[in-house]
Amino acid sequence: MSDTDNAIAGETGSSTQVVKPPFVANPDLPPHGARRTDVDPKAAKRAEHQVATCFGLSALATVAFCICYVQIPIDAYLPIPFFGAWSASNLALGLTFGLAAFFIGVGAIQWAKKLMFGGEVTQMRHPLASPPEAREEALEQFWAGADESGFAQRKIVRRSLLMAMSLFPIPLIVILRDLGPLPSDSLYTTLWRPGMRVVLDPTEAPVRPSDIPVGGIVSGMPSVLPAVQEEQGTLNARAKDVVILVRLAPEDIKSQQGGTSSQPWDYQGIMCFSKICTHVGCPIALYEQRTHHLLCPCHQSTFDLADSANVVFGPAARRLPQLPITVDAEGFIVAQTAFDQPVGPSFWERA
Amino acid sequence: MSAVVDKAGPMLEALDERLTLANYVKRNLRKVFPDHWTFMLGEVALYSFIILLLSGIYLSLFFKPSMTEVVYNGSYAPLKGLSMSEAYASTLDISFDIRGGLLLRQIHHWAAMLFVASMSIHVMRVFFTGAFRKPREINWSIGVGLLTMGFVEGFAGYSLPDDLLSGTGLRIAEGIMLSVPVVGTYIQFFVFGGEFPGDIFISRLYGVHILLLPGIILLLITAHLMIVWYQKHTQYPGKGRTNDNVVGYPVLPVYAAKAGGFFFVVFGITVLMAGFVTINPIWAYGPYTPDQITAGSQPDWYMGWLEGALRIMPNWETTAWGHTISWNVFIPGGLVMGLVLTAMAIYPMIEAKVTRGYKDQDHDLLDRPRNAPVRTGLGVMSLTFYILLWIGGGNDIIAKFFDLSINQITWTLRFAIFIVPPLAFVATKRACLGLQRKDRDKLLHGRETGTIIRLPDGEFTEVHAPLSEEEKAVILSKTDHIPLEAPAETDANGVALSKRKLKAARRTAHLSRWFYDDNIPKPTPEELAAAEAHILHGYEEGHLVTEHRDSLEPEGGVLHDPNAEPAEPSK
Ligand code: HEM
Ligand code: FES
Repeated sequence: MSDTDNAIAGETGSSTQVVKPPFVANPDLPPHGARRTDVDPKAAKRAEHQVATCFGLSALATVAFCICYVQIPIDAYLPIPFFGAWSASNLALGLTFGLAAFFIGVGAIQWAKKLMFGGEVTQMRHPLASPPEAREEALEQFWAGADESGFAQRKIVRRSLLMAMSLFPIPLIVILRDLGPLPSDSLYTTLWRPGMRVVLDPTEAPVRPSDIPVGGIVSGMPSVLPAVQEEQGTLNARAKDVVILVRLAPEDIKSQQGGTSSQPWDYQGIMCFSKICTHVGCPIALYEQRTHHLLCPCHQSTFDLADSANVVFGPAARRLPQLPITVDAEGFIVAQTAFDQPVGPSFWERA
Repeated sequence: MSAVVDKAGPMLEALDERLTLANYVKRNLRKVFPDHWTFMLGEVALYSFIILLLSGIYLSLFFKPSMTEVVYNGSYAPLKGLSMSEAYASTLDISFDIRGGLLLRQIHHWAAMLFVASMSIHVMRVFFTGAFRKPREINWSIGVGLLTMGFVEGFAGYSLPDDLLSGTGLRIAEGIMLSVPVVGTYIQFFVFGGEFPGDIFISRLYGVHILLLPGIILLLITAHLMIVWYQKHTQYPGKGRTNDNVVGYPVLPVYAAKAGGFFFVVFGITVLMAGFVTINPIWAYGPYTPDQITAGSQPDWYMGWLEGALRIMPNWETTAWGHTISWNVFIPGGLVMGLVLTAMAIYPMIEAKVTRGYKDQDHDLLDRPRNAPVRTGLGVMSLTFYILLWIGGGNDIIAKFFDLSINQITWTLRFAIFIVPPLAFVATKRACLGLQRKDRDKLLHGRETGTIIRLPDGEFTEVHAPLSEEEKAVILSKTDHIPLEAPAETDANGVALSKRKLKAARRTAHLSRWFYDDNIPKPTPEELAAAEAHILHGYEEGHLVTEHRDSLEPEGGVLHDPNAEPAEPSK
């Protein structure tokens, strides 16, 4: 917004006057009505006592706080009907400390309201802008300084300074480089490999198909995950690789994300999907057996497990990646291959 | 005289000899501050920030900002033996093994809620009363900055304990980072030091939460208050209150006692809340692990609108030329908050541009919201938008409570978010104009007394009483704005304006008409004088002012029909 624009729009109008003249002079303040405490010494005395009582109660509460702090064991609980067990220490400390503060406040406000001079007073405002002479002088000073610096005349100095200054912040950004590694392909990979067993979360036991009844659903993870987690000391693998195993009656499965009739991605109706929501990554938890819908509790994206885990509702755009499974020689469920696509939320580099 | 007061003199002298204090004290000690309950909102924000600083310092003595896995061995039995981050374990220790620790944790969290809540309502007060106008635009911008920082600081705070709920919040934040086009993946990797959740994020967040953001907030608050002090507070219109004065109580003693007392009241209530009402029971959620979640997880209330935006957004995603843009995440997670805060930040500039004579005047007398119908309408429209998003954030809870389907709620909100706020604008603007009309009627016909009497001819009418001076002063504080006019093709010197400038000026004039064309002008002085004489006459005679036209025709006065279209404002 430039001043000239404003001026153009403003001044070509028929008038620059905005406000109607205050044709009724605003009368003065109403006279300050006397309070009871102003006229009745007894009332004043009472108010004085009230205020002092407040301050006294505060002092008492402070002492009570110290006693409670020392006396009440931290693991004492009070059974309160309907509310469960309350920490006695928290209750007592909160009550005493809270009242100690509260009564100082109430006392001070009462004092101000009832006993201090009670009238409103009027002060004039002063224009915020400096008088024109002062402004002129300030500008003069500025120009004198600017002149003496030679900033305007010495083009080469000025430009090289600007260049240096504009480059100067670069190290402050470069130095942030080691905040983290580059993404490389880590968002594309998981621990899943062909033949890797699915183990249960949290028992870490391998799973046989017979462990999962039709309509059943369990959480799983790659068998190496606990060891990897131990070694990395982070939850990174867990945040990406966890899966769910779900068993549908084979005739209920409308479609899957891959597989052929000779090598289906399910195993006798047991299918394996990533547990990480493709929206923004919450673990998906709510399964409705009747509809085969899996619902994410974060923003209610809903996936139809009978139909390739396609999104049927909610903000998620992609279906949950499916992990093809089979059983190994000992009859435990294993991955046929790794995931064929990244799991979790979408990102820019993803095709 | 008490010893304290006696000592003040010599002390001031000593200080003055070293710091030239007298001039400053002389000017400021008895400075006048106007009093109104809405002026306490900013105070509450300040006080809760002080409480946050104090309780936060205490927490930092015990909290361990580390993601190293440890086995919990404290006194909270249900979690004994579980492995968890040190951050979570130390928060459990604060809650169960340190006397007063739980209290301070809960004070800190309640104060955070109060901080953001009072700031939000304070911002609304400033907006609806036009307190952001010249000369207070700088403080408005600082305020928008503070509100933003408040959101971020609060989110950072409740992410620190590394419980299941806060970890889920961070996971969502990670997804939002990933959704940023082009650089999202890099942002995520740099912020988390690699993949989510990594092992360093909590300690990074800790520095941000206890040093960086509180430092910035403290600086902004200091500037904010110094400017308030220097520019003097605005005041509501009323008898004796004009644009050129301040009516209120001197800092010493009344204002200081009230404000200081009020600090202790806010402090006391926060502590009592912390003693009686559990907030953020992190022990009930368990330690964070990315493969678990509690159903119905909800962020702190001030994040609810973003949560809602994420929930009701349709699942749009574009994949082209080997790249993906997640509109479904980036728009609600990144753009919505950015756009809303930007709109807030620039609003005063828009009003300045379309208001005639804006620059030539300080605006120290507050507007009544009805007297700025478009501004008030825009405010209510934005609030409606915010509330709808907020409802979206609780759609699962609402569905459960009212036994509705989440799908229905979500689809309703997807349309409502575009339809309801504009309706709210129109309704608010109309309501404002209705109130303006009522004000004008009051001036011209007096105040309805509720006393009905019967005229000799059998007609019933109500007695109207003259307005009190206070009421009149309040109503007459209204400014009748005249919209800017489109410029002529040439300026005053006959020089043709450039096409671009002409266009811009026309657009401005157009916007200005949109702001100010609808207005119920105050009566003219003549109208008012005549009406007043008439009302008084009717009232004193025990006679009445009737709604009848013929009895209202005063000598030389103007007939006023309350239902007629308003006259052109006199220029
Ligand atoms: C505007 C300012 C601030 C806001 C809005 C804020 C908000 C929060 C919130 C909501 C929590 C979570 C508390 C819980 O339920 O456990 C938290 C935790 C924490 N805050 Fe703040 N805080 C602020 C300033 C500070 C300051 C100034 C410090 C320190 C000097 C601090 C230190 C801490 C610490 C150590 C924790 C973790 C301890 C725990 O969660 O028990 N905070 N903050
Ligand atoms: S993370 Fe699953 S719906 Fe948002």
